[in-house]
Amino acid sequence: MHPARSVILFTTLSGLGFGLLIWLGLGLPTVTGWSAFAFFSVAYLLAGGGLIASTFHLGRPERGLKAFTQWRTSWLSREAWCSAATLLVMALYGAGLVFLEARWALLGWIGAALSLLTVFTTSMIYTQLRSVPRWHMALTPALFLSLALAGGALLAGQVGYAMPLLLLAGAIQIAHWLRGDGALARSGSTMNSATGLTGGPVRAFEPPHTGPNYLLHEMVHVVGRKHATRLRAIALVMMVLVPAGCLALPFSHSIAALAVLSHLLGILASRWLFFAEAEHVVGLYYGKR
Amino acid sequence: MTTLPQSTDRKLGLVIDLDTCVGCHACVISCKGWNTENYGAPLSDQSPYGADPSGTFLNRVHSYEVQPEDGLAQLVHFPKSCLHCEDAPCVTVCPTGASYKRTEDGIVLVNESDCIGCGLCAWSCPYGARELDAAEGVMKKCTLCIDRIYNDNLPEEDRMPACVRTCPAGARHFGDLGDPASAVSRLVAERGGIDLMPEQGTRPVNKYLPPRPKDRIAAAPKALEPVAEEATGFLGWLDRALDRLPGGGD
Repeated sequence: MHPARSVILFTTLSGLGFGLLIWLGLGLPTVTGWSAFAFFSVAYLLAGGGLIASTFHLGRPERGLKAFTQWRTSWLSREAWCSAATLLVMALYGAGLVFLEARWALLGWIGAALSLLTVFTTSMIYTQLRSVPRWHMALTPALFLSLALAGGALLAGQVGYAMPLLLLAGAIQIAHWLRGDGALARSGSTMNSATGLTGGPVRAFEPPHTGPNYLLHEMVHVVGRKHATRLRAIALVMMVLVPAGCLALPFSHSIAALAVLSHLLGILASRWLFFAEAEHVVGLYYGKR
Repeated sequence: MTTLPQSTDRKLGLVIDLDTCVGCHACVISCKGWNTENYGAPLSDQSPYGADPSGTFLNRVHSYEVQPEDGLAQLVHFPKSCLHCEDAPCVTVCPTGASYKRTEDGIVLVNESDCIGCGLCAWSCPYGARELDAAEGVMKKCTLCIDRIYNDNLPEEDRMPACVRTCPAGARHFGDLGDPASAVSRLVAERGGIDLMPEQGTRPVNKYLPPRPKDRIAAAPKALEPVAEEATGFLGWLDRALDRLPGGGD
């Protein structure tokens, strides 16, 4: 799949933002006044910024509100509802903390649950696609959820939770890569099943047009697989090992900043691979799998 | 509404004969022509006369080579457009309700004024049947020429999809695949019509008729085999003379 910058930024930033909101909703840490304002600002900039980035890949963003109508069948529509509900509930909860120094615990728990649900709906947009076997597995929501929880704990300064969650996210990431590598083969889709031709191996003899097209640009991305192994190592080190190492050191603000920055860059690398490595079965029609 | 209908009254679709298709691309051109001039946003081209032309097409013809274990390679031309699936994943993923499947005839359509151009339906389609128009920012797909098949202003023989009407080889057939007595259903039964990528669980309405078995040449043509082991005459002398030169012979 084409690793579009808008979608990589959206899933990375909003994942971290909603991850932070989960912990704030749980009251970990319980902050009030200006420090609550700072925590909520970071969370809303990440979550909201990510959501705004996601509209940049729309062909007709001015009709965006229509995306709220099909929650019965569409995970994208459900995500729109969950993210809007989360941001509303958490705004109310945050206002209590910032302005009234009051913690409405029940509201916080509802907000935390909605934040978690939002990350889940984001992951299901990809997981539901049978046409992309690498995404179509239970490990995909596990990966998104564990990363949001780990990144959120890191941002919320929850060292005790962040350490095991980072290691868990790293383990799920490795499993996602390993299972993902055989996913296309396990899906049973081949050039023979795509064309229905039997009696021997099928070779793409001539493409439909001499030029490129939307399908090739969007779904038959083949650049970048060359460096996949190196990028995986970089992603894992920056996303998990560096932040975990930082957490093991005595606390200081500069080390905490390093841990967050490294984690963010690691997720960006991992998310880039998530798209660039994903093989859409339509590539079979072009002999590109 | 992006909920798929439980069942449709009719299942209008295409039957494509891979044995007959000659790969002339006439269906591609007639499709582009009709659907640019009629229903919905035109199918745009980007730098059509430039160095790197591209554009939106609802129907594209691939060509494949099948290499049997024993025998000669075969070339198969393969037109591909929307298969109007019964379990169309492109409909249920749509967040706005722009994508829908009609209850009366099973045609999968896009209401372009509701489409936000998110592209998720194109991602969900295993066949690459949907293309986002780069000029209009909305999703385009085969409408089964809905503005032809029900169009009373056209002569009756033209009330079929443009690709079917134009095919000079008769490789494309249009009809109700939900009616076992229809001409297309009988053709599918007779020729062993198949679904593309059945493992994707989309239950396509369009069927493909596989190429018929080709005649086999019993033995390789004689002309390709050496007629003499030892060369004689002038060429034989030349062969031996050249072999004797430094670097010659093997």
